[in-house]
Amino acid sequence: MALKIVKGSIDRMFDKNLQDLVRGIRNHKEDEAKYISTCIDEIKQELKQDNIAVKANAVCKLTYLQMLGYDVSWAAFNIVEVMSSSKFTYKRIGYLAASQCFHESTDVIMLTTNQIRKDLSSPNQYDTGVALTGLSCFVTPDLARDLANDIMTLMSHTKPYIRKKAVLIMYKVFLKYPESLRPAFPRLKEKLEDPDPGVQSAAVNVICELARRNPKNYLSLAPLFFKLMTSSTNNWVLIKIIKLFGALTPLEPRLGKKLIEPLTNLIHSTSAMSLLYECVNTVIAVLISLSSGMPNHSASIQLCVQKLRILIEDSDQNLKYLGLLAMSKILKTHPKSVQSHKDLILQCLDDKDESIRLRALDLLYGMVSKKNLMEIVKKLMLHVDKAEGTTYRDELLTKIIDICSQSNYQYITNFEWYISILVELTRLEGTRHGHLIASQMLDVAIRVKAIRVFAVAQMATLLDNAHLMTGNVQRKGICEVLYAAAWICGEFSEHLENPMQTLEAMLRPKVATLPGHIQAVYVQNAAKLFATVLKSQEGNTDRTAAQETSQLMIDRLPLFVQSANLEVQERASCILQLVKYIQKLQQKDVEVSEEVTALFAGELNPVAPKAQKKVPVPDGLDLDAWINEPPSESESEEEQPRAIFAKEETKHSRPRHTEVDEKELAKRREVRKQEQANNPFYIKASPSSQKVYQEAHGVEHIPVVQIDLSVPLKVPGLPMSDQYVKLEEARRQKDRADKKKKDKKKRKEKRSGRGKRHDSGPESEEDITPAHMVDIVTEEMPENALPSDDDDKDPNDPHKALDIDLDKPLADSEKLPVRSHRAAEAPKSPAEDGDAESTTPQEPKKKSVKEKKEKKKDKERDRKKNKEEKKKKKHKHEDKGEDLLGGQEDEPVVQSEEASEVAAPPTSTSAEVSDLDFWLSNAPVPSKAQVVSEQETATVEAEAAPVPEAASGTAPDSEPDEPKDPEMEETKSSKHKKKKQKKEKEEKEKKKKKKHHHHHHHSDGGEDKSVQNGTVEEEEEPLPPMSNYCLLAENSYIKMIIEDADQVYDIQGNLQDGSQVVVSVIFENKCDSFLKSMEFNVLDSLNSKLQRPEGSGPHDGLTVPFQLPPGVSNEARFVFTVQSIVMSQKLKGTVTFIVKNEDSSTHEKLDFKLHFTCSSYLITTPCYSDAFAKLLESGDLKCSSIKLEGVSMPFHHLLARICFHHHFSVVERIDSCASMYSRSIQGHHVCLLVKVSGETVSIDAKCDEPTLLGNVLDEIKQTFSQC
Amino acid sequence: MIKAILIFNNHGKPRMIRFYQYFPEDMQQQIIRETFHLVSKRDDNVCNFLEGGSLIGGSDYKLIYRHYATLYFVFCVDSSESELGILDLIQVFVETLDKCFENVCELDLIFHMDKVHYILQEVVMGGMVLETNMNEIVGQVELQNRMEKSEGGLSAAPARAVSAVKNMNLPEMPRDINIKVPSLSPF
Repeated sequence: MALKIVKGSIDRMFDKNLQDLVRGIRNHKEDEAKYISTCIDEIKQELKQDNIAVKANAVCKLTYLQMLGYDVSWAAFNIVEVMSSSKFTYKRIGYLAASQCFHESTDVIMLTTNQIRKDLSSPNQYDTGVALTGLSCFVTPDLARDLANDIMTLMSHTKPYIRKKAVLIMYKVFLKYPESLRPAFPRLKEKLEDPDPGVQSAAVNVICELARRNPKNYLSLAPLFFKLMTSSTNNWVLIKIIKLFGALTPLEPRLGKKLIEPLTNLIHSTSAMSLLYECVNTVIAVLISLSSGMPNHSASIQLCVQKLRILIEDSDQNLKYLGLLAMSKILKTHPKSVQSHKDLILQCLDDKDESIRLRALDLLYGMVSKKNLMEIVKKLMLHVDKAEGTTYRDELLTKIIDICSQSNYQYITNFEWYISILVELTRLEGTRHGHLIASQMLDVAIRVKAIRVFAVAQMATLLDNAHLMTGNVQRKGICEVLYAAAWICGEFSEHLENPMQTLEAMLRPKVATLPGHIQAVYVQNAAKLFATVLKSQEGNTDRTAAQETSQLMIDRLPLFVQSANLEVQERASCILQLVKYIQKLQQKDVEVSEEVTALFAGELNPVAPKAQKKVPVPDGLDLDAWINEPPSESESEEEQPRAIFAKEETKHSRPRHTEVDEKELAKRREVRKQEQANNPFYIKASPSSQKVYQEAHGVEHIPVVQIDLSVPLKVPGLPMSDQYVKLEEARRQKDRADKKKKDKKKRKEKRSGRGKRHDSGPESEEDITPAHMVDIVTEEMPENALPSDDDDKDPNDPHKALDIDLDKPLADSEKLPVRSHRAAEAPKSPAEDGDAESTTPQEPKKKSVKEKKEKKKDKERDRKKNKEEKKKKKHKHEDKGEDLLGGQEDEPVVQSEEASEVAAPPTSTSAEVSDLDFWLSNAPVPSKAQVVSEQETATVEAEAAPVPEAASGTAPDSEPDEPKDPEMEETKSSKHKKKKQKKEKEEKEKKKKKKHHHHHHHSDGGEDKSVQNGTVEEEEEPLPPMSNYCLLAENSYIKMIIEDADQVYDIQGNLQDGSQVVVSVIFENKCDSFLKSMEFNVLDSLNSKLQRPEGSGPHDGLTVPFQLPPGVSNEARFVFTVQSIVMSQKLKGTVTFIVKNEDSSTHEKLDFKLHFTCSSYLITTPCYSDAFAKLLESGDLKCSSIKLEGVSMPFHHLLARICFHHHFSVVERIDSCASMYSRSIQGHHVCLLVKVSGETVSIDAKCDEPTLLGNVLDEIKQTFSQC
Repeated sequence: MIKAILIFNNHGKPRMIRFYQYFPEDMQQQIIRETFHLVSKRDDNVCNFLEGGSLIGGSDYKLIYRHYATLYFVFCVDSSESELGILDLIQVFVETLDKCFENVCELDLIFHMDKVHYILQEVVMGGMVLETNMNEIVGQVELQNRMEKSEGGLSAAPARAVSAVKNMNLPEMPRDINIKVPSLSPF
């Protein structure tokens, strides 16, 4: 045995190892493939041996061969064997090989699950690390599902090395198994604040990657990232975060406002170019998101542009490239700022680096104006001539066309020039963009009526010289242009100087070598030309000419009739027969030209490319419904013949004589005219384009000028386009000279060259007289066209599945699957830290260790969450129009199932979001958004969960109680999605609370039952929109006006034995001055009194125990004693404070009204249906009912509203009927039965205190009357 | 996300390839060829970014590369990565190689592709940047090598000896073409 091992190891010595293999391959340069195949045979032998070392060696060699392109998937099983070796050395080889060649369809992967799980829980961190690394490359949905829980456990591993790997791999797991995202997310979020920078960076990495794809779900993390951004010094992390913010700002402009300052600071302070660049990028994103209505950010734009200029001027090509890249982003929104750097960008066009030239080209797009368009295009044309690679040249070509055609040819003042540019571009060798040029020619000729004469002449020349384009095989792409040329000549043949010549050109035998679809157009348009020619010839007395023309057609058409292309053949034979018939008639001396021309009569209107798509589906037409019964068997689908005119057909393949109902047409036309008349951008087509002169009022749009008929448009046929261009230039000079004379201007212009033709350099944009008379026809759209919604999201995008609401509380069913063979073998992984997920969903009562641990946190979170919900609700209620985050509003959690779940009303998405709102609005926000943000700022804090009696006896300090009631805890722990930040804030608030309790409250000695019902109080800055006041009031908000300061008041009813209500107020300083000596005072009523410290008089104010520097907010709490709760009431109050500036200090005061509604005395208390039934049966309750009409919201929204505004909980819900329960702070039971039928809601209510019930119902009624 | 990391020499011979998205082998080779074609015709003094090749990624992807002596290090990344950041990362990676191999040259990569992979695994994992601190990376790599050595123990010694002898016999192993890692200041 021993001998065998020794022998094995000696054998092994002479086995080829990786180095030998490499050396061998290098020594067999001529017959490498042969050598490798012998090596593979050897490897196969080695893999058959039992010795794992031999196998590992073989697998290692295979990994190398895989790199050279050899498929090694046949060895997958051996790789798995090596992976499962107990030695790290071999394991590592195995995992490396697996990561190189395993993929989702590798079937042996399913054998690895247990091995990987074992490695993940190995005591050796490198075993775990290697497994994680390997897994990150070949994780499959199955592996992800089976291992998600193990990996999640590793996220809390003691070693940061493992933690960071586990965190990173979670991203892959999420991609493959999206269900794991929600359960794992809280922990991932925790890792954002991991003490180890590597782990933190990994978490940032993962969340950024997730957020990039579905940014809206991560908006609520913005405050946390903001904190990281301002605290982190790791450039990697900073870059990631700043990039993330760039993705978030478009969704939330207020975030952008908050970001600008720290980013600007970073831009000024950082020395790292990478960071600087990303900052600039994000500032740009912010500016784009703010572009509307935020004019005062020009400083930021200037800063960005200036920094980018520095980058572009840098000798480092990388910086130059990135500078241009970022510049193009600014260009979209702030073209002016970029245009001032035109010099620099034009300079970059000459750079030797193609990447940089391409970037500079992108920029040019936005820099053109009427003034410089020709100059820029001229420069580009020079580049076209110089360009060596076809790719770059094609890029130039498309750019030229893009630049010229952008915004509906906005910058073109002379279409003759543009046509000649297009014609010039046809000279390009081997371009792929013949199509593009052709469609431009068509577009211009169709839409710019005034140019048709010129265009037709040019096209006729092109047709005449068609051999130049067809001759060379390389020029295939460009012959597309002939398609356009033929069509234009045919369609607008009345403008042809010499139609006969063109007709001949179109019927040359050479044409038969063109692609089919072009020939088809040739044939069709030859017919049109024929009609025109006939017409002119019949006018003459000489009949023979007309007959000769017919004869020409009859002679030449048979060539096309023989065409292999069906379209050509069909058209040709049709037309041939027609012409033969015409000839017959001609021989009988019949005048035919009228009839022939009628074949092609009518004007074509350009139709927008998407017009067809946008025709609205009429009401009652279901396109998906079967008209007849579906065929029983799926018949083989007939292949649709490929549309030959696919590319251009929208514009001209419309049948000429569609037999559409004339009336209908007229009607449509009428509607369209109406529409166009109201559209200032629509330049009305006048019946005769020749005498159009219209001023587009108010818009310096496309100028329309009288056509100058004195300009000779005659262009003789030219053999070479080069020459043609020269002639064209000459013509233009003449043109210019003519104009000059007419204008009697004395400007000198003897310079030649097309580019200089606009010697109008100093002229302002508006002064540039368009050299040509333009009448751009807008493309037609169907009436009632649907708004564009081309949201082309790739349905296969794996990230789509990760568009998951992360803020919704976690349901039991969502927990990650845990490996469990038998119930007895509850997983006790080494790293077991009492994972919440190990609870089986079937046992909802059984709480995991973690949950217990976290219950306190959860409790807090829960409370907070509730508060947020309310706030959100309110926000929603108040300003629907302002809801920037509309997409976030999900349906409230289904409420019927678990009554306990219901205690906390709707979604916490909205909760998170409104927390974000709160955070966002902390910043001093400028004017417009102010109102909104202030409304959002108000925070309602309300403890949704009721306080069990058990909690009594705790000192006021421990105010947020610790519920002992297991059911309660269940409720809470079921959602543990909360941000740390929030927790912190919560804690802060708690402290504050404590302080205050001590302050005002110590005497009562009673137990604090931390049930707080919220009313909200809010203050507004000088702008007092009455509508808001209204809304606020009815939501028990109070509106106040304070000078200079923005203070947000937040009332929370905190209930005590003696019916005490705690009002917590957040004071926020919105001005630039220091606020101090704040005093809070309320005019007591008989029923309600503010609790004041012993010894103070009944009218003394309470000192607010803090001062507020600018921009800071803080919270204070005030306690009220309430005698009777059956009536709502309002208390008047005042806050006084001193505003301290550098040089002065003024005393200011702010009045407000506190509104205690009856609903605010109710506590959301869960109630089980059996208890509820008993309560109803008991018979001590008085009955009352109301009906609400015209409530059109979904039922669950309605319930959520009642839950939220009036602190009820749903006991049971069946279809459109629900029972609800709540309890007052003095122990009154309130039961509701809510029924909905149509828009009518009837509420039957029972309560042991009729007055209270009446008031509550009134309040409910009011709530719904407002929505 | 990083989609692929390719190392090939001036002739387009792959020295290490790492795809973070599955491509069949022939496709991988095609990508290498295309990338080499794109990268090799660029001068050394032009920018290090290339709009992605047609095979990998698409418009969202960029090739970010560095050229050291005989080797190209090409990272194919999407827009979530910072361009300058990745350039730094390449530098970190190469400097790490330099430390681990002690004056790294192309031959080190040729004969120790596996080790290059192991080092890379400490830098990038599953397409995401794992660690950028060179000392941390080198530390982890060395710890793992030490572990490998201790596992090999006595039985690995003869194999190493044989390997050393084999290497001695080969005069054609010049070590002069070091990848002269320039000390670039990070962006």
